[in-house]
Amino acid sequence: MVGFSDLKEIFFVEADELLSALESGLRAIQTGAEGGDTVNAVFRAVHSIKGGAGAFDLKALVGFAHRFETVLDDLRGGRLQPESALINALLHASDHLADMVGACRQGLETDAEADERVIVQLELQAGRLPGAEEEGFTFEPLPMDGPFSFGDLGVSTGQTFLIRFRPHASVYASGHDPALLLRDLCALGTAEVTLDMADLPQAGSFDPGQSYLGWSIALTTTSSADEVHKVFEFIDGACALEIELVDRESPPSDQSLFGASSQTTLAPSPGGSEKASLLPTPERPPLPPPAASRNLAAPSPAEVSPTAPGKGVAPASNNGPRPTIRVDIDRVDRLVDILGELVIHQAMLTEAIEQSPGFGSVEVDRSLDQLRQLSRQIQESVMAIRAQPVKPLFDRMHRIVREVSMAAGKSARLVTEGEATEVDKTIIERLADPLTHMIRNSVDHGLEVADKRISLGKPAEGEIRLSAAHRSGRIVITVQDDGAGIDREKVRQVAIDKGLISPLLELSPQEIDALLFLPGFSTASEVSNLSGRGVGMDVVRSEITGLGGRVGITSQRGQGTILTISLPLTLAVLDGMVFDVAGQTLVLPVSTIIETLRPDGSLRHSLGHSDSVLDVRGRCLPLIDVGTALGFRTSLSQGEGEIVVVVERGDEGAIALMVDGIRDQRQVVIKGLEANYGQIPGIAAATVLGDGSVALILDPNDLAAVANAIPRPPIQHAAE
Amino acid sequence: MSLRVLAVDDSLTMREMLRQTLSEAGFNVVLAEDGLDALDRLPEADPDLILTDLNMPRMDGFGLIDAVRKGEISARVPILVLTTESAATLKDKARSAGATGWITKPFDEKSLVSTIRRVTAM
Amino acid sequence: MRSSGYATDPDIRELVAFRTAGQDFCIDILSVREIRGWSRPALLPHAPTYVQGVINLRGAVVPILDLARRLGLEPIENTDRNVIIVAAIQSRIFGLLVEAVTDILSVPATGVQPTPDLASDITRSMLKGVVVQEERLIRLLDVGQLLPQFEDAAA
Repeated sequence: MVGFSDLKEIFFVEADELLSALESGLRAIQTGAEGGDTVNAVFRAVHSIKGGAGAFDLKALVGFAHRFETVLDDLRGGRLQPESALINALLHASDHLADMVGACRQGLETDAEADERVIVQLELQAGRLPGAEEEGFTFEPLPMDGPFSFGDLGVSTGQTFLIRFRPHASVYASGHDPALLLRDLCALGTAEVTLDMADLPQAGSFDPGQSYLGWSIALTTTSSADEVHKVFEFIDGACALEIELVDRESPPSDQSLFGASSQTTLAPSPGGSEKASLLPTPERPPLPPPAASRNLAAPSPAEVSPTAPGKGVAPASNNGPRPTIRVDIDRVDRLVDILGELVIHQAMLTEAIEQSPGFGSVEVDRSLDQLRQLSRQIQESVMAIRAQPVKPLFDRMHRIVREVSMAAGKSARLVTEGEATEVDKTIIERLADPLTHMIRNSVDHGLEVADKRISLGKPAEGEIRLSAAHRSGRIVITVQDDGAGIDREKVRQVAIDKGLISPLLELSPQEIDALLFLPGFSTASEVSNLSGRGVGMDVVRSEITGLGGRVGITSQRGQGTILTISLPLTLAVLDGMVFDVAGQTLVLPVSTIIETLRPDGSLRHSLGHSDSVLDVRGRCLPLIDVGTALGFRTSLSQGEGEIVVVVERGDEGAIALMVDGIRDQRQVVIKGLEANYGQIPGIAAATVLGDGSVALILDPNDLAAVANAIPRPPIQHAAE
Repeated sequence: MSLRVLAVDDSLTMREMLRQTLSEAGFNVVLAEDGLDALDRLPEADPDLILTDLNMPRMDGFGLIDAVRKGEISARVPILVLTTESAATLKDKARSAGATGWITKPFDEKSLVSTIRRVTAM
Repeated sequence: MRSSGYATDPDIRELVAFRTAGQDFCIDILSVREIRGWSRPALLPHAPTYVQGVINLRGAVVPILDLARRLGLEPIENTDRNVIIVAAIQSRIFGLLVEAVTDILSVPATGVQPTPDLASDITRSMLKGVVVQEERLIRLLDVGQLLPQFEDAAA
């Protein structure tokens, strides 16, 4: 049972989809990439929003959508040309409509003045008088109960109408049944019905598609002439109809209502079947008269065609939408939880078996292996349910580019690639803010103004390229602009001025770029209204890191900048390496591990204070003891920290982590620490091991920050 | 036997609303997303009535009416069109395409059900 | 909100009483989820000393607070006989490490008295009042106050 509030929620979910279709349709029109149906689809989106809004009595939305739709109708009808000024106004209206829907969803009133301003702007652009209507626009539920008041027969006074009614042939073809009209008439009062068969043709010339019958009805009723007319509303013009008031004050007829109506309903059938039996052509059986024929599909064999019923229409099943179901996300999340338990218990079982006498037997081994594979398959299937394409997220970015470029006085367009790439729903949701900020940054700080671009020989319009792709078990999202690139001298100077780095520090170009992610860093000399808001790229970084992701930046002076985000495909499980440090069991994401080794002490170099580096085949990597970094110990005893795990940290290069011993590699279920505790620097999340104990999952990126007094960039004395 | 209604609308909200309203009125409801989808479902649905939106992707309401009326199955089933416009031109166009009647959106449950009863024998 | 089965009289509060570091404490039974034996927690890096670590409570990762340390009292001996009172405040679940649960008290609303002056400031801020029962002074803990610093951490 779907309740009203559920329906409303369905409406808002659908409205979001429609708004997205509206916007991308308008963009397609703007770039001239539209297909034949695009304008119509755009119209339909607004139309459907209007329809749904009307059902929930969202008047402001209905009014706005109606006027919006009127302009789109002109565009659809070719009365307007898709000039860029008009498309911009349409896009603006579409953005505004999205805001209005958002407000309504939260149960808020929309800003009537702003609504009016936006729509008038559009109407003026479309050459319409604001608010002008060809016809009175009313959007009230149509009361239709007039003729159907079955209960008001008690009034003794009434009037008598004489109705003569002869339907045209088209009436039957349109699915009408005169008997039903007679029934409705009878319901208005008492009726005496006479069947007029005078026009019935001679046997042999009967055409089942023709109409030969007429009726005369004397109706005594308290209903008005309008109400009587209303019965014939649907066939007005498709029949010969006379309605005549013959007696204003007639007493109610003593004839029974049902007596009259049974006479009526019976009348057409005998006539039809008599005629049918007389038909001489057996290979073409006649259609029985309409009243009896509606559910009888009786095609003649010659007419049966495989592509019935739509002639010349491609079979719908091939290109129709694939069947889908909508499932409450809570149910899927529950499934993910259960799956987590399954993985944990599988680990427990494996551990128990490994310690039992049965261990080593081929069957047990095979079964365990099978179990592992199956549970992985279930996992992948469940993750696929939660996976969604990034398209809606990317679509939202078009608006950001429009707004920021307008406010910054720049000309920019967004090009998207890989929109069908799928990733976990939660990741998509939590990606919206950082991605918005990155896009803003690219337009605001990355792109040059049009004049500058022209003088540099670049197109006046800047391009932001947003792409998504799957790469080795992760999703990689890039934001690329064709702007000025990073001014490294300036960045370095700003970092020095703000006391973020020492002026003596030698930095590689990569390391300078990484400075942009330092907390409190902002390249714009004045905090920009657009991308500023006191939020820097460091926030983007911490949000991405919170998702188990990494951010990188590369830039080429004069050519532009590329920001890269790499994220896990799911937040529920990961492949982890389980290891021990200072008596604690910890986990590292396998995806970050480059290699593990047991280095010779001679390869370890101390760098003054507490820092040391490890020479890995001629490459010097920062060396960090995990136990010390996490505060579990202050110094290493014999046999501790002898194993080194080299992990990568995106563009900041690899680091070497000292651990005590490596246990194994396995799937672990990610358990958040935030709900009951809070975020811990250096720790991404926790998991539950096979023995039921908790192990923390390290975040290598963050760990280096925790370990170093000066967090970033890493002190990396080049050995290349 | 309760009345079988094939309800066609590209809007999910409308479809859900129709499903709810019609089910509550005791009708059996089959839903379709557009004209082609409706034609696909027609043989199995074997409806006593088709209720269709006009403006839909792939095949609109006019196309559906035309295909049903010219088709082999359910050619004479009553078809009601759902429209937000009270414009007479649209009604005329629907009628000449072969629609049996129309219902103006937004509708209330009472008007929807009474209009359906008006064109069906139920 | 008051679950049935406990305190049919709305004026009667049921309190779980326990001992740690030689003192008696109690908390409202409605904030207690369960009482369980001690199990070794996983250490949390850079956590306050009174945060023992986290344990697995039926799939949820739950922090364990050593109440004695939290209140600045003498540290208690680490033994398997210690118990963990699992408490929930708002949507957060955490465990309180104490020496032993002693009693379940039914106390009328008037039975809770204001905290006397003898307590230190740190303790006072975490108490709702005291209950005197058979000449014992039992401190009623304000459970929400035990983890104020998490508000920032979770933000």
